[in-house]
Amino acid sequence: MFKCGRSNRMKKIESKKVAYLLNFIAICIFFGILMILFKKEVFGSRTSYFQGICTTACYTIIMVASLNLLTGFMGEFSLGHAGFMSVGAFSSAILTNYLAESGIPSFVLFLMCLLVGGIAAGITGIAVGVPALRLRGDYLCIVTVAFAEIIRVAFCNFKITGGGKTMSGITRLSNFYWVFWVMVICVTIMYMYVRSRYGRTVMAIREDYIAASASGINVTYYKVLTFTISAFFAGIAGAIYAHYMTAIIPTNFNFNYSAEFLTEVIIGGTGSLTGSVIGAAFLSALPELMRQFSNYRMLAYSIVLVLVMIFKPSGIFGTYEFSLVRVINRLLGKSTTGSTASKKTVQEVE
Amino acid sequence: MLELKDVNVSYGAIHAIHDASLTVQDGEIVSLIGANGAGKTTILHTITGLKEATSGSIRYNDLDLRATDASKLISYGIAHVPEGRHIFPGMTVLENLEMGAYSQGKNTELLEKNKALVFERFPRLKERYRQLAGTLSGGEQQMLAMGRALMGNPKILLLDEPSMGLSPLLVKEIFSIIKYCHEMGITILLVEQNAKMALGIADRAYVLETGNITISGDAKELLADERVKKAYLGQ
Repeated sequence: MFKCGRSNRMKKIESKKVAYLLNFIAICIFFGILMILFKKEVFGSRTSYFQGICTTACYTIIMVASLNLLTGFMGEFSLGHAGFMSVGAFSSAILTNYLAESGIPSFVLFLMCLLVGGIAAGITGIAVGVPALRLRGDYLCIVTVAFAEIIRVAFCNFKITGGGKTMSGITRLSNFYWVFWVMVICVTIMYMYVRSRYGRTVMAIREDYIAASASGINVTYYKVLTFTISAFFAGIAGAIYAHYMTAIIPTNFNFNYSAEFLTEVIIGGTGSLTGSVIGAAFLSALPELMRQFSNYRMLAYSIVLVLVMIFKPSGIFGTYEFSLVRVINRLLGKSTTGSTASKKTVQEVE
Repeated sequence: MLELKDVNVSYGAIHAIHDASLTVQDGEIVSLIGANGAGKTTILHTITGLKEATSGSIRYNDLDLRATDASKLISYGIAHVPEGRHIFPGMTVLENLEMGAYSQGKNTELLEKNKALVFERFPRLKERYRQLAGTLSGGEQQMLAMGRALMGNPKILLLDEPSMGLSPLLVKEIFSIIKYCHEMGITILLVEQNAKMALGIADRAYVLETGNITISGDAKELLADERVKKAYLGQ
């Protein structure tokens, strides 16, 4: 039972490929449906409004999933994730303003923005992570809050970031169709990271860092690595945000914004990327769906949060990952014991 | 051969270990006994590098352990089983064992061989290989911690209070496992409160009292030593 024979392994890889393919098809179908809805203008005059909600949901998903890498898989709370988003947003916005007249095709420019935003945030992540990750738990949490505040105050005073005024006139590069696929790719990469040897190592550090160290794991290295990856994706989300809003102000990326992401991670389920996808999509759409309650909107939002925490304290998904393959297997009545590579589907709720 | 020479360790202003010197020859079982707070765990942590010594030298063969990172030790053949069974509670038994083989990279052949060996010695772990480690009983967790250390192909095992919080029957079981490891050719440094058992199994022993190594020598002689009898055996 414990021998992993060659034939057995071949089968495993095959079913993993099939699983990825199935999920890809499901995502394509979901994307197709959304596209048809938007192209046929089913929502009439509200089409662009719905598209906006979906775009917001997409970058929120990237943010929440990246924060879940830290909170759920590495077990460290960060209350300054909006700081990394801010770095990504401003660095990419500066790039676009600089290249606006250069005639680069907008798709290429969009990709460049994402990359620059991500890398800038990633470098900041290393700079913060190397000294801060010597700390654990509450102490690290306080450092991340401090970091986000430093970024906010610094950007309020730098000339290049608008010096506290709104930085406006950024070319609108983000549209729903591109952002959707960027989100799919980002979440897939994060999922693969979590399921890899690296991800297992990071989870071992979360479980017990002394034992991890005794098993030969360089704890600091993996913590900084994960922190950097998380910051990188937050930077990408920031770049999308900047080129969707077209106007950004440093004070937007404040403590409340960071706390909002953390809430979404916890509601979705710490340690579940599919939970993050659904939690983020649900919670970013919720305030919009409740527009009719006007002033009582935020009250209803809080009630939803309280209810989830009472009835499902581990979040909607807990540490469980939704797996399309498992669902199909169950529908077909196959046994689910074969360790089919369960892969999350990124589509579901938007 | 593991050798500590005049090692001093401090926690801030508190001088926890005073000029401790001890050696563990290849193939030996050496016990380090002492009361609560004597500094037994501190010495182990200093050896592995989880705690830094303020002075003195710690060598394993030609390797300077003071300059070696804790995570590198397993690749040099030094396995540390920390006090209080530091297992990974949220991972399955199998995953725990696989983490023990982390330092060997992707050497699946060795992994399978060691896994078979551990499962043969610990049938309980085999029965429960898909169970979350946090749901195991105390004794099973201790077995898992030791099994995980064995997955790394160690030459020397540093055991920190393996009998802690276990029933007498399980303590016997754990000690028979230690003997088995020794028969496999693994050198053992055993830190224990259970002086009688620890001295019974060891070749040599050291007694640690408030940071000082006060008595050392042949384990059988120490078992008969009046001072040890009085302080630890309650006779």
